[in-house]
This record gives sequence, structure tokens and C-alpha cells, in this order.
Amino acid sequence: MKRLLKWTGWLLLAGVVFGAGFLIGGNFLRKPPPPPPMPTFFSGAESRDVNIEGERSGRVIDVKEGQLIQEAVMDASPGDLIRVFPGTYHETVYVDKSNLTFQGVIQHGKWPVLDGRDSLNDAFLYSGHFITIENFTMQNYKGNGIMGQSGNNFVVRNNRIINTGVYGIFPQFGKNGLIERNTLSGIADAAIYVGMSDHIDVRFNEVFENVAGIEIENCRHALVEYNNVYNNTGGILVFITPGLPIKTCRDVIVRNNFVYNNNHENFGAPGSIVSFIPPGSGMVIMAADDVTVENNIIYGNDNVGIAITDHAFLGSIPADPESEPNPDRVVLLDNLMFNNGNNPVEEVKVLMATKFSKRGPDILAIGGGEGSCIRDRARYRTFGLDGYADCPEISTADVLSYLLPEPAPEDERTLHDLGKLTWYGVCSGCHAYNIRLIGPPVNALQAMYKDNPQGVADYIVNPEKRRPDFPEMPPQNYLTAETRLEVARYMLELEE
Amino acid sequence: MPAPIKNIPPQPIAFQTLLSAAFLIFLFVGCDEVIHVQNEPLRTDFHEQLQLTTDKIELCASCPPGFERTPDNRCLLRTPYQQYQSLGNSGVGGLQTALPAWRDGFSPQQIDLGRYLFFDPILSGNGEMSCASCHHPDKGFSDGLPRSKGLNGEELARGAPSLWNTAFLQRFFWDARAESLEEQALEPLFHADEMNNSPQQLEATLNRHPAYTRLFQEAFPQTQNRPIAVADVATALTAFQSTLISLNSRYDQYVHGYHDALNQKEIEGFNVFRSFVARCSECHTPPLFTNQQIAVIGSPEPDGRSLDPGVAETTGEASLRGGFKVPGLRNIALTAPYMHSGNFSDLRDVVAFYNKGRGHAVPPDEDLRIHWHIWEPNLSEYELDRLVDFLHTLTDESFKPRVPEVLPSGYSAQFLTTLPENPTP
Repeated sequence: MKRLLKWTGWLLLAGVVFGAGFLIGGNFLRKPPPPPPMPTFFSGAESRDVNIEGERSGRVIDVKEGQLIQEAVMDASPGDLIRVFPGTYHETVYVDKSNLTFQGVIQHGKWPVLDGRDSLNDAFLYSGHFITIENFTMQNYKGNGIMGQSGNNFVVRNNRIINTGVYGIFPQFGKNGLIERNTLSGIADAAIYVGMSDHIDVRFNEVFENVAGIEIENCRHALVEYNNVYNNTGGILVFITPGLPIKTCRDVIVRNNFVYNNNHENFGAPGSIVSFIPPGSGMVIMAADDVTVENNIIYGNDNVGIAITDHAFLGSIPADPESEPNPDRVVLLDNLMFNNGNNPVEEVKVLMATKFSKRGPDILAIGGGEGSCIRDRARYRTFGLDGYADCPEISTADVLSYLLPEPAPEDERTLHDLGKLTWYGVCSGCHAYNIRLIGPPVNALQAMYKDNPQGVADYIVNPEKRRPDFPEMPPQNYLTAETRLEVARYMLELEE
Repeated sequence: MPAPIKNIPPQPIAFQTLLSAAFLIFLFVGCDEVIHVQNEPLRTDFHEQLQLTTDKIELCASCPPGFERTPDNRCLLRTPYQQYQSLGNSGVGGLQTALPAWRDGFSPQQIDLGRYLFFDPILSGNGEMSCASCHHPDKGFSDGLPRSKGLNGEELARGAPSLWNTAFLQRFFWDARAESLEEQALEPLFHADEMNNSPQQLEATLNRHPAYTRLFQEAFPQTQNRPIAVADVATALTAFQSTLISLNSRYDQYVHGYHDALNQKEIEGFNVFRSFVARCSECHTPPLFTNQQIAVIGSPEPDGRSLDPGVAETTGEASLRGGFKVPGLRNIALTAPYMHSGNFSDLRDVVAFYNKGRGHAVPPDEDLRIHWHIWEPNLSEYELDRLVDFLHTLTDESFKPRVPEVLPSGYSAQFLTTLPENPTP
């Protein structure tokens, strides 16, 4: 008994000494954490009500199987609703008009299907503002399900997009857009790819068996929430990709998502950005700033739950000196993470060996970056988070949406500007005020058409040769009637 | 004897006739034709005639097409694209998208002086080459050659880029080594292989010409009679180049709402162009059809030429080996042959290059970091033809400036030719 006590005493002493040494050593060796960041970058929005639709004309154009959706687009005016009935449509619908709604009609469980037969490039291409696309199945395209270039105030809702090539839903250069309740699968790059856009909500979508589930790239103010993201190669990506004309990605909230079992083999095109993503990556934050990750359930991702990295991640991409490569001010709040890292890639294995583990971590941070924080780090298996501060008591709960409270403003277009800009942009190539260029000088025309702008507008749409010593004027029929009248008014008022 | 009414100096009748003729023609012909006086009596003495003619050159007092003159005598760009916006003012996007930032605000006189300088071989070391020798207005402001020729007819390393819409660019030369039009303008002037002048000689030459000293004074009134400086030349050339605007093609008519501006095949081509299969518009992004970035695309050099390292050479950034600035495609149909060293003689060859697979033309001993958008799109022959159709819709020369008939130096604006020796008065 005495001996036992003695041994216990020695053991206790040894334990105390070891513990003290561990603490002291730890304090000496570990750098003090930087002060917690001020999370002022996510701004509250008043409501989640969607108010991004344009004014409706009340006109409805129905498209039935055997007809072309494109013909309805040609026929449509801003504000019209194009309803597409169940059936299969083999076409690329391009929309270079604004304020149109494309609405699939689902009858007895039958959907309208756009089928590219593996030979057409895209199902929908749009460039206009206020475009809504909902209730369609799109399949077997080579490029995209939906591709938007520069359209603001868009809604992409309740579509089923399967095997549409590179991307499923791809808005680019847009502002104020909602992508919700879509299901996407079999996409060789990102199923939902929001590129170089501002004020976007991506929510309630289901994405599986794609190379990337959801990618937010070079965007500002994006909210990704309530998505079901599973069995992709990489689940959710928030990237600054170098070499693009818009160089930043910041203020992104990723919350309330299921991100699990994203272990699909990588079938991305060789050389593509996503081809670098190791299978088993739940979430990857590359170079993006002010990214907040909160309340996600992240499990069963065999490589790593969340990877935070700089541009070194992209081994063989050319440098872009104008693109800041480090992820700064990443905020990791409460997330439920378990069973990640069961089969990490070699690089992660090597890193984790230094921690005497063969498993990949829940959270991995490699490369540069500053001002980041994590709450309750002890809940997770981590690597590389020593520089992360403990997050203050903050939450994104006040942010209901990143959509704008009012639609993004339309282009500024006053009638006077229209006349003036058209005068200089078009007419001034041939007409100057008091000198002859190709056509007669303006002062001569002013004398002819005093107080008669309509006369000018009528003449220029269908000109006839009047002056033997001048070349015949080509018809300006490409200008709208409104533009013709305004440019005529402007010309008659010119003083120099 | 009646007192003389007033002592009027006698004026030669010819001069008065000339003056009134010039005035008339100014009214009805246009700024750059001011000195084109047909009634002028024939002079036997060439130099005397030259003096008279160059003395008549006046700088245009109104802005060129596309520009509005402000009350403080500056020319500001006006285009229907100013109705639109772009994300973050980036000037890239889709159809109705605003333009990126641009250079304007020069006076009409500076612009017109720049035009004279641009066409004047006096800017070169031996008086045989002008800016227009390689940037000819009738050849899309390029020269139709795979690689341009220098002062002695020797071939240079790269082709001459078009100057259309350079007002909107942030970087210049194929390898993006200059950051302003001024910087760009001076380099070929003083490069031994190109125009081979020197700042000292250029200043001395211009200051010897009474017409130029007068016109520079007019264009730069604030200089208070100081001699012409190289910087003034750069400013004037920049002023002129920034007015080479091409934004009124059939494509633009389509953008502004006239759907019939493009025919069905051209629209098909446009849809291929902007699709993520071909991905052309990812780098050649509207409205200028360039995103102004550097891209390594692995396009081949003509036979016998070694790989041009491009941006890697000027920046030292090895990962950009073979990288070049993405050129804009406005007026692209006018500027064959194509690519930095002119390897492709027509647009069909160019689009076919992009369809042949990532890195297919990279020399085996090179390890280029090819841009991720370069892949194997498997476009059909039909689609490649349509792409070419679409590229032809980007042609617009409606604001093409005129070539001056007489230059202040007395040289002819004929390219790569010289007038009688030693025309300097």
C-alpha cells in the first residue's frame, strides 16, 4: 500500500512537471494569436423577399412541343411571359432582350425538356436584364445549361439540369441574382458556377455527382445556404481565380448547407481549374477574402472537410500579379464536422504525418492569409490553423439575403442622351456642323428641316438620292423609331 | 495732292485668291483639306512652293467624328455604349455593357497635330518611315505583314497590332510592356530596329520646321514659345490615336436593339463565340472583345522561328512564358495575318487552331502553362465557319481618319517613300 502510494506520488509529480513544461513550452513556442478580426464585412439585409422581377406586360406566349422556344423569344416584348409546355425541345435559346420570363409548365409530372443531344452547346444563353428561367429540365448539352452574360436581376429556379457539359447554371458579369431550388448532376466543371458577379443568393439547391457542386468565383456579396451538396469531387468552392478581369472575391457567406461524401472521381477537363481539386474535398476557399462559414454540416469528405488555401494550390496556372493570392479574414463559426479525411490525397497525408495522423483533417489551412479566426477549434481536427484567432461572438443571422432591396438599376437612358450619343456615335462619321465630310453639313440640313425632326427621322430610314455631288446615304433603319426621332431633334439643335 | 487714305501694304492677288479659295474649301471640304488649294499657280521653285503650302496648314478646330467639343475646347467621346453600365465599372460583360475607362479630353488641335505627326516620316531617323508605315489606316491600322519591317526593311519580331480602340486599353504591345499610349508611342520612334530616331534629333528636326513650330504652338498654347519637346510629340500622337474609335459595326447595331443587323448564320456564330464550349468571349469579352489580360495559348510560330517568350521576357515571370496580351477583335477581318508573329493567314485558320486541342502546337521541349480556357471544344466545321462569319460583323471603319495630303515637314504621307532629297526649307 505504501509502495503504491509512493508510485502514485512519483507519477503525480511526473505528471505535474510534464504538464508545467508542456504549458510553459507551449507558451514560449506558440506565437500569440493575432487580435480577432472585426467582422464588419457582412451587412444586414432587411428581408428575404425577392424583388428582382421587372414589370409584367400581362402578355403570355405559349410554346408547345413541335414549336421553337426561340420563335417565342423573337416575338416577345419586355414584360412578356413565355410558357413552355411539356415535351422535348432540341434548341439553343438565346435571349438578347430584357425582362422575359421563361416558365416551364409541369403537367401530370411531365416537364418541358431541353435536350442538346450532345451536339448543341447551350440550352439558354441570355444577355438581357430581368430574365427568369424556371421549371425546365435541361440535358445533354456540350457547354452550359444556362449561361448569362451581364444580365442583372435574374432568377433561375426549380430547374433540373443533367449532363449539360461544362457548367449547369453559369451567370457571369451579373448583379442581383437568385439561384434556388435547382437540381444539378453530371456536370464536368461546376454545377452552379457564379462568376464575376455581385449580390447573388444560391439556396435550396441539390447538387451531386459533379466535379464541383457550387462555385463562387471572383464575386462580391454572395450567400450560399441551405444547399444539399454531396458526392461531387469538391462540394462548395469560393475562389479568386487569377487572370480574370475582375480580381476580387469577398464577402461570401456559406451557411446551413449539407456538404457530405464529396468523394466523386475528378472528371474535369485536363487543365481546367477544377481538375486540380482532389476528390474528397468538402469545401475549398482559395484566395477569397471575408468568407464566413457557419452552421454547415460537413461529413464524410474523404480528403478534407474545409480546405483554405492560396494560389499555390493551382500548381501550373500562370501568375497574375494583379490578383492577391491569399485568403484573408476567413471566419469559421459553428459547423458540425465529422468523419472527414478517411482517405486523404498524398499531399495531405504528408502534412498530417507531422501530426502523427493518417487521416485528413476537418479543416486544413495552407499558404498565406491573415486576419482569420475560428470558433471552438477544439471541436475539429485541424491543420495549419495556429495563426487563426478565436472568433468573437458574432453570427451572420442578421443577414437574410444578399439580394439588393431594390432591383439593380437599369441602364441610364434619357431621350436626350439617346439622341446625342447616337449623333456622335453614328451620324458624326459623315456629318459635321459647317463642313462637308461625306454627307452635307448640319447647318444646311438645319435650314432644310427647321422644326421638322420627324421629316429627318422619316428620311434617314429610307433615304433617296437628292444631291448629285454627294454619295447616297445608307438607310439608318437599324435605329429604332424613337432613336431616329431623338437624333433628328438633337441634330436640329446642334450649334457647333 | 490728296492725302493717302491709308497706307495699305500691297498684297499679291494670288495670295488673296488662295486665301479665299482655302476658306471656301474649308467650308465645304473638311479640316484636313484646308491646304488643298487647286487654284494655286504653279511655282517653279519647289522649296518656295513647299514653304507656301506648309504655311497654309491649319489645325482642325473641331473634334473628329465621335467626339463632342466642350466649351473649354476638349474633345470628349460620345457613344451609345455610354447608356449602359458594367459590373464594377470593369468594362467587360455582354451586349449592352459599358466600355472600360478610356483616354479622351484632348483639344481638336492636339488631335489634328497628332494626325500630321502620325503620317510624317520626319519622325524616323532617316525620314523614310512614319507610324503609318506599320499602322496603315487602309489595313486596319496594321500593315498586312506577318511581322512588321523596320527602317532598313529588316523583319521585326512581331506583327503590328491594330490601333483601333486603343483609347480603351490599359497595356500596350503584344507583351503588354507599356502602360500608356504616350509610353507606347515613343518606343518605336527611338528603337534602333524600328524608326531609329533619337530624342535629340527628333526635337532638333521638328524645331527646324517653321510649320511644326507654329502648329505645336497652336496645339500647346501653354508652352509659351518653348521649343518642341518629345513629350509634346507623345501627347499629340496619343491624342490622335485615342480618336480611332470603331464601335459602329453591324454587331453594335445588334447590341443596340436591331436584331436584323446580323443574319442567321452570324447569330449562330455569335452563339458559338459566347458559348462555354468555344469560350472565345471569356477572353475576347464584349464590348471591346478583349478582357485586357495576359494569356498563354500556345499558338505556333511560323516555320523556322523559335518560340517567342512574350510576357515572360519583359516581366521575368517564368509562368507567363509564351503569354501575350489578349487582342481586341474590332476590325479583325481587316488585319490578317494573325497572332503575334503572323502564323495564320486567315481567320478560319485561327479558329481552327483553338479547336485542335490544348497545347497541340507547343514545341516538345517547352512546358508552357496553357490558359485553362484552351481545351478541346470539338466544334464542327460548320461551327468554325460560323465563327468566321461572326468575326466579320465586327468591322467598322466609319470613323477612319483621312491621310493628310501635305505634311508640315513637306514630306509626303506616302508610306515608305521619300520626296525629293532634303526638302527641309
